[in-house]
Amino acid sequence: MTFFLQNLVNALQWGSFYALIALGYSMVYGVLMLFNFAHGDIFMVGAYIGFGVATGIAALASLGMIALPGWITLVLTIIISMILTSFVGILVERIGYRPLREAPRASAAITGLMIGIILETGNLALLGARRISFPPMIESVTYNLGGVFVTNKKIMIVAVSISLMIALSQFIKKTKWGMAMRAMAYDYAVIPLMGVPLNTIAALTFALGSALAAAAGILFGVAYPVLDPYMGIVFGWKAFVAAILGGRGSILGATLAGFLLGFIEIFVAMIFPSTLRDLIAYSIILMILVFRPHGFFGEPYSAKLRL
Amino acid sequence: MPLLEVKNMTHYFGGLRAVHNYNLAIEPGQIRALIGPNGAGKTTVFNLLTGIYTPTQGSIRLLDEEISGLMPHQIAARGLGRTFQNLCLWRHMTVLEHVKMARYSRISYGLTGAFFGGAKRRGQEAEIEERAYSLLELLGIRHLADQVVVNLPYGAQRRVEIARAISLEPKILFLDEPTAGMNPEELSKTMDIIRKIHGELGFAIYLIEHRLKVVMELCEKIQTLVFGEVIAEGTPEEIRENPKVIEAYLGKEVIH
Repeated sequence: MTFFLQNLVNALQWGSFYALIALGYSMVYGVLMLFNFAHGDIFMVGAYIGFGVATGIAALASLGMIALPGWITLVLTIIISMILTSFVGILVERIGYRPLREAPRASAAITGLMIGIILETGNLALLGARRISFPPMIESVTYNLGGVFVTNKKIMIVAVSISLMIALSQFIKKTKWGMAMRAMAYDYAVIPLMGVPLNTIAALTFALGSALAAAAGILFGVAYPVLDPYMGIVFGWKAFVAAILGGRGSILGATLAGFLLGFIEIFVAMIFPSTLRDLIAYSIILMILVFRPHGFFGEPYSAKLRL
Repeated sequence: MPLLEVKNMTHYFGGLRAVHNYNLAIEPGQIRALIGPNGAGKTTVFNLLTGIYTPTQGSIRLLDEEISGLMPHQIAARGLGRTFQNLCLWRHMTVLEHVKMARYSRISYGLTGAFFGGAKRRGQEAEIEERAYSLLELLGIRHLADQVVVNLPYGAQRRVEIARAISLEPKILFLDEPTAGMNPEELSKTMDIIRKIHGELGFAIYLIEHRLKVVMELCEKIQTLVFGEVIAEGTPEEIRENPKVIEAYLGKEVIH
């Protein structure tokens, strides 16, 4: 039982990363009918920006200009990096996707792939091929809860992820921008005729998705403090799987599917040798998709952003 | 001074001349119609006026301010609201949300207000909601406020479109075939509604319509468009008697 609970805790953390990234995929797909295949690399960029911000704060601290406790540094790093990365998302939309809005969807899809490659190799050119380690901002503390070991980092990661997801769903449900995003998912041609600036909403969709990916990147860096320029690729694929499995444009669906992926991967690895993990995990997900081709909350032949 | 003044508007799709030398002057509070056979370019004229297309030539002035070339959302926010020939509703959103969405350009709270839910946001949201309900009341669909539009009957969906367009606080309301596909009962209800909203809210209305009965009863002035050109303009009586209009609608009389 404790063994099971232990893995449950691990799965929650692992699923948080997938869910946060999947939300960005799902929003962009739901609102703009677009697969943003560069999104996994936005996660990577977010992690690197997080690295930069954390290093910057540490440098200021070592110069004696500021003295902050670790957890405040972490919170600041998350907030600043989310804002910075959202601008990267806006830039990707502006340069890569907006000119192609009326183009065939396949052209927009390869744009994503190309932007992804540009971000990866751009990073390589900028920082070199070596892996870099994410600065430890908080001391790891392990709690023993009746045989289940939980670290403060794990609690923090899951708590931050879930709060961000709740904030996003409230934003989409309650605000005028969220409402515009939902409306755009159904019929985007009418949107401007109701006085809503289409490009602003498109940019906002990318900004929100990218901010969440940045949060995922930093949380990942806290848990597994090694960054490399290609870290976003496999994560991107898997989160994309979660987004589609959740049902097109469904916020709740993407979240649940992200966590489900985490659970399946961790529990498969618990039973089988870890080299077989993805083989078995993704065979299971393929089976689910065979029986639910529209995903958990997807509706046949329609894409939209729902709650 | 007319509310909306269009001068010598011409529009080409590639080499095809869709609208030629179109002139229009809408007075405040006026109801007027654009009629013409299928493919005459009526909806194109609406799309040009509401900014979906930018005219190749000519000027469009709203309250003496040039609006051609502005983005559609800017034109909408300046007071041109419209409905569509084939319904363009957001299928799984509620009736209330449709009406609220069209208030977007009038909502001024910022992103921080949105995230932290300040007093300004709550105040504005409450005001918008109250207004939305009173509009739905006016159109007789208040009881449907929380329904998603995809489940509503056709006539009600048409009303939601009108409610949404009015919610924008238009100076001119553009109705593209508001009675298309309606049975006689729905038709007379729709005409009542058009009269009612015009009477209570007082904006100008410009409508495209195929049924001459609707046009003749509602409008002060009618334009007839054929192959992108206005062939006749006048009061309902004048249009009814105009030989060019009769020819366009019924074909030329051929004597063997």
